[in-house]
Amino acid sequence: MSPESGHFPMIRTVGTDGMLVSFGDRLSEAANRAALAFRAAVERAGWSGVEETSSSLVSAYLRFDPLGLSHADLTARLQDLIADRDWLEAPLPEGRRLHRIPTCYGGESGPQLAEAAEAAGMSEAEAVESLSGARVRVTALGFAPGQPYLGELPEAWDIPRQQDLTPQVPKGALVLAIRQFVIFSVTAPTGWRQVGQTAAPLFRMGDERPFLLAPGDEVIFPAVSEAEFANMRAEAAGGASWEALS
Amino acid sequence: MSAALIVREAGPQLTLQDMGRPGWIAYGLSRGGAMDRLALAEGAALLGQPLGTALEMGGLGGAFEATEAMRVALTGAPMRASIDGTPVEWHAAHLLPAGAVLEIGPVTAGAWGYLSLGGGFDEPEVLGAQSAHLTANLGARIVAGARLAVGPDRGGETGRRIRAEDRFSGGTLRVVESLQTHLFPEEQRARFGQEGFTRDQRANRMGVKVVPDGAGYGVEGGLSVVSEVISPGDIQITGDGAPFVLMAECQTTGGYPRLATVIPADLPRVAQAPAGAKLGFRFVTLEEALEAEAARRRALKELPRRVEALVRDPADVPDLLSHKLVSGFSSGEHHDH
Repeated sequence: MSPESGHFPMIRTVGTDGMLVSFGDRLSEAANRAALAFRAAVERAGWSGVEETSSSLVSAYLRFDPLGLSHADLTARLQDLIADRDWLEAPLPEGRRLHRIPTCYGGESGPQLAEAAEAAGMSEAEAVESLSGARVRVTALGFAPGQPYLGELPEAWDIPRQQDLTPQVPKGALVLAIRQFVIFSVTAPTGWRQVGQTAAPLFRMGDERPFLLAPGDEVIFPAVSEAEFANMRAEAAGGASWEALS
Repeated sequence: MSAALIVREAGPQLTLQDMGRPGWIAYGLSRGGAMDRLALAEGAALLGQPLGTALEMGGLGGAFEATEAMRVALTGAPMRASIDGTPVEWHAAHLLPAGAVLEIGPVTAGAWGYLSLGGGFDEPEVLGAQSAHLTANLGARIVAGARLAVGPDRGGETGRRIRAEDRFSGGTLRVVESLQTHLFPEEQRARFGQEGFTRDQRANRMGVKVVPDGAGYGVEGGLSVVSEVISPGDIQITGDGAPFVLMAECQTTGGYPRLATVIPADLPRVAQAPAGAKLGFRFVTLEEALEAEAARRRALKELPRRVEALVRDPADVPDLLSHKLVSGFSSGEHHDH
């Protein structure tokens, strides 16, 4: 269980009031699924003293009151829960959503589509077909609030980040690298390549859940024409829709 | 019309701050809140009210006018302050009469000053808090012309001061090992706990950069560490080898390796270290960190006991001797500054 042992699942402390249960040291579908399932199990357990939980790419995180719930107690509980099952085989938790977020690929909306397609060994048309047909999972949210990492794309998309940063991609930019998409929730510089543009707001005040995407949700980015996209931009939901996944 | 504080002039870094928004890290929103949470608590103790929202002022305050008489408390980094031109003491609560102007100038030590009001600020909440989270685009800086709503004050004393813990000029920070500490070479971990650091010019609500006296820090293959959860106090090593102590508005996950984590009790000292201040780090065990946390919470509970009557200029106090006795001025545990 020590960090040096390299055995997963691994329990580590985060500062004085955090505990992290990791299921791998690199992103994999199974490790991400395990992190999501384990976090859901911790939430269900409702241990007194646990104040907040989240999941990152391969880990479940607990913030707790270390004076109310000792590190030793919490570690013992986590060890028991880990022993409960093979978490790499665990099903995804319930309550997830499948989103369709219409995307305008290429052209001004995706200035690096051609470059990315070439790196993946495809024509632009093949690239749009591959990307718009992919169903990806929100593996984590971070960097900026509500900003999702989504994976994994087909293997052809295991392309590196570019050497130089793009000085600025617009809010809603769909960028990719290393078999993952990111939708930018703010205007920012990035080393990822912009292949398309989305119009769905990732954060909307007043909604019951103000963040559009939650960890574990799945997303499809269907291709729309520039004209259709222009219309969607005027809609509050930016053309996005979702259904419950059971 | 309810009471308001009118902002006549505003320094460049004014925001409303509180204890932040817990519960949203799963969505990528860090907790945020005041850089120096102890200063919030000191303000609440001075005013005899629960912890609430204060105006956080980075480096420089502004000019503020009360629409109705209100109690004000000045805590955190000491700043030059006056009411209608008459200097008033920092780390203290005063009465701001209706129409009077409270001027708050530059810091004389530290980095972040706080203005708390009797009754607290009563601005709209977003996701359960009034505080601005600038990197998340929640709330905004307070600028000149703003009119900030003030809640009803149940009343209480003014003319009180608090013996504040001196945390405004750097010093030694206690750190614990964190999830990636073991990735760093032994030599660096040892050196980190021994050498001196200088607080860089680069600092904001997200993080504070510190420059080591000696060589930079880093891990082999550090740029390929899988993105992992971040918590405030984490010391992140970016490309140039200088550590960044991550603060209230840090990201929730990050791919840069982290060397250690500053314990919560010492975060106010990081926040309040001005540019150029000397800082050091000392590894403590988790047990020591938890003892420090228990002590921090005890000290917070006992803050009201650090509040005492404001000692005025001797010329204004007819019976100096009895005043001193009443206020406990000569009790021996007094830390003036």
